[in-house]
Amino acid sequence: MRTSADHHETSTTRLLPSPVPVRFLDEDGRLGPEDERGGFAIPTDEALLETYRWMAIGRRFDTEASALARQGRLAVYPSSRGQEACQVGGVLALGSEDWLFPTYRDTVSLVVRGIDPVESLSLLRGEWHCGYDPVASRVAPQCTPLATHLPHAVGVAWAARRRGEDVVAMAFVGDGGTSEGDFHEALNFAAVFGVPVVFLVQNNRWAISVPLEIQTHAPSLASKGVGYGVRGEWVDGNDAVAVTAMLADAVRYARAERAPVLVEALTYRMAAHTNADDDRRYREASEVDVWQRRDPVSRLESYLVNTGALVQDDIDAVAKESESLAERIRDGLAGDVREGADDVFAHVYAHPPERLMRQRADVLAAE
Amino acid sequence: MVTMVQALNRALGDAMRADPSVVVFGEDVGTLGGVFRVTDGLTKEFGPDRCFDTPLAESGIVGVAVGMAMQGLRPVVEMQFDAFAYPAFEQVASHVAKLRNRTRGAVQTPIVIRVPYGGGIGGVEHHSDSSEGLYAQVPGLKVSTPATVSDAYVLLREAIADPDPVVFFEPKRLYWSTAEIDLPASAPGSGRAEIRRPGSDVTLMTYGPSVPLALEAADAATAELGLDVEVLDLRTLVPLDEASIIDSISRTGRGVVVTEAPSFAGPAAEIAALAHEHCFYSLAAPIRRVTGLDIPYPPPAYEHHYLPSVERILDTLLDLEWEEPFTRAA
Repeated sequence: MRTSADHHETSTTRLLPSPVPVRFLDEDGRLGPEDERGGFAIPTDEALLETYRWMAIGRRFDTEASALARQGRLAVYPSSRGQEACQVGGVLALGSEDWLFPTYRDTVSLVVRGIDPVESLSLLRGEWHCGYDPVASRVAPQCTPLATHLPHAVGVAWAARRRGEDVVAMAFVGDGGTSEGDFHEALNFAAVFGVPVVFLVQNNRWAISVPLEIQTHAPSLASKGVGYGVRGEWVDGNDAVAVTAMLADAVRYARAERAPVLVEALTYRMAAHTNADDDRRYREASEVDVWQRRDPVSRLESYLVNTGALVQDDIDAVAKESESLAERIRDGLAGDVREGADDVFAHVYAHPPERLMRQRADVLAAE
Repeated sequence: MVTMVQALNRALGDAMRADPSVVVFGEDVGTLGGVFRVTDGLTKEFGPDRCFDTPLAESGIVGVAVGMAMQGLRPVVEMQFDAFAYPAFEQVASHVAKLRNRTRGAVQTPIVIRVPYGGGIGGVEHHSDSSEGLYAQVPGLKVSTPATVSDAYVLLREAIADPDPVVFFEPKRLYWSTAEIDLPASAPGSGRAEIRRPGSDVTLMTYGPSVPLALEAADAATAELGLDVEVLDLRTLVPLDEASIIDSISRTGRGVVVTEAPSFAGPAAEIAALAHEHCFYSLAAPIRRVTGLDIPYPPPAYEHHYLPSVERILDTLLDLEWEEPFTRAA
């Protein structure tokens, strides 16, 4: 537990986010006025080029996975198109010992974290397991029940801190997830016990068909932090420069201060909820068009090209790398999921009850 | 003389001494020592790092325990009262129970969720539920419930050592029951039923708070009806000691399941079905159930209607297709 001396920032004004989202780039990728940057410094070219590379790869991954879902190679695919700055910025801000807690919409972040792209699609392919080893990769299984993984992130970072390890957890959640009780409970626990977790809300404005206005009446989701004594930050989630700067700072803060941070990245879900959803039933195409002009990948690309940090050869090289990754997941998902029936019994318990073993024998006999 | 609360408290303390990865947390478990004093003295002995109070948020408590388990800790969390555990049900059913499977064994959840449960204590609403059936139906969980002071110690130690998650139901009504034993107690391991009273005419299958009641009913049945009644204490619902149930019913040919949990789709239904499926040719009468009623647990003045009683058990025993009808002694 924290002592009173550990309470670093409890004054309301210091915890409140900026009244408008922090941003560096305008919609065309030009550097905007300094007073919109919330006091954050521009990340290095090196950091931004790495961000760009992964965002381009992530976009291609997302396009390929969406196509594979339409072809029936994936059981379902929730696209994160338009959210690449968050998917990439959230992961690149972490050190190798830190933990990532993604949701079902964050498969791109798994790939950025270094998980094999075919393995990363195990769950969405219709496997009964997440595919990768969460402990080895320090990536929790993608969570489907909204916000329920947020207390897990608190537990992981807390347990690491007890051992004196310098571990930060980054937990992704959507705007819909902030309405869940576990969002509240996780922020509250993290604040009370001084646990270094960065809660990254990717506010993409839609929870399937329910718009943000029905999730909350708060001035911003980031402003919810103050109610817990948690520092809140609001950022333009389609501005990769701002997202990169802010999340690097949030992780640094969480680590140094042993305190949680709540970051709301204002972005937009460009595709329907999943390939099984029809977004024409609840939103206008014109709304999507508005956000198309704020596309995070082309915005960062324009900026880097304009500054001279990125040249056509680099763009071509990234495109080639993206294409080979797309080919890899196409090949990797070409076969059907064919595991033996034994597998679905194998890991339910360390010491399974006899009844389970009898059912297993029956199923195997019938196979 | 040892009470069940003392046995549980000693089990927690011994487990914490034996394994530094055991941590205890929940509502009022720290300074106060728990509303039933089960965690009394643990914060003092092991420090606030190992036994501590949390915000009043059951889902958060269990969810944080999941994260701690992912880091190799063995959290033991208290839900304070049966009905107050419901907010955590999603964490228990969707994560505690499934994380091992979802990660092919890479992540284990050796978590113990302690739930003081059951009625007969004159509690106001939401303080007397028997919810063990809800958890017993979730694959991935184990469910234990001691009836004796020795079992309270032994089964809790086993639950904490178990690599699988255990929902540990503590019968509130028996918290202050006593036994002439020395701690640490010894008893058979989990997954094994115990015959508390051997008999040859009929088997009462029961667990937790209903075990002393079944023993009382068995004595009354002998005195009033001349029946030789066996009492089988199941001790753990998951895993269920099916062999002991089958063995006992095959010998006696008659059985009654006694639980405080409501009858419909409850543990008693599962146990009765098991006995019918496996002992059909040994049965002289259908397996019967004496359970809580299918109503919300009633307030203190009404709980005698709800709870299984010696009277209801005897009436049910009388009804078991005996060759010569019984008349009850006055």
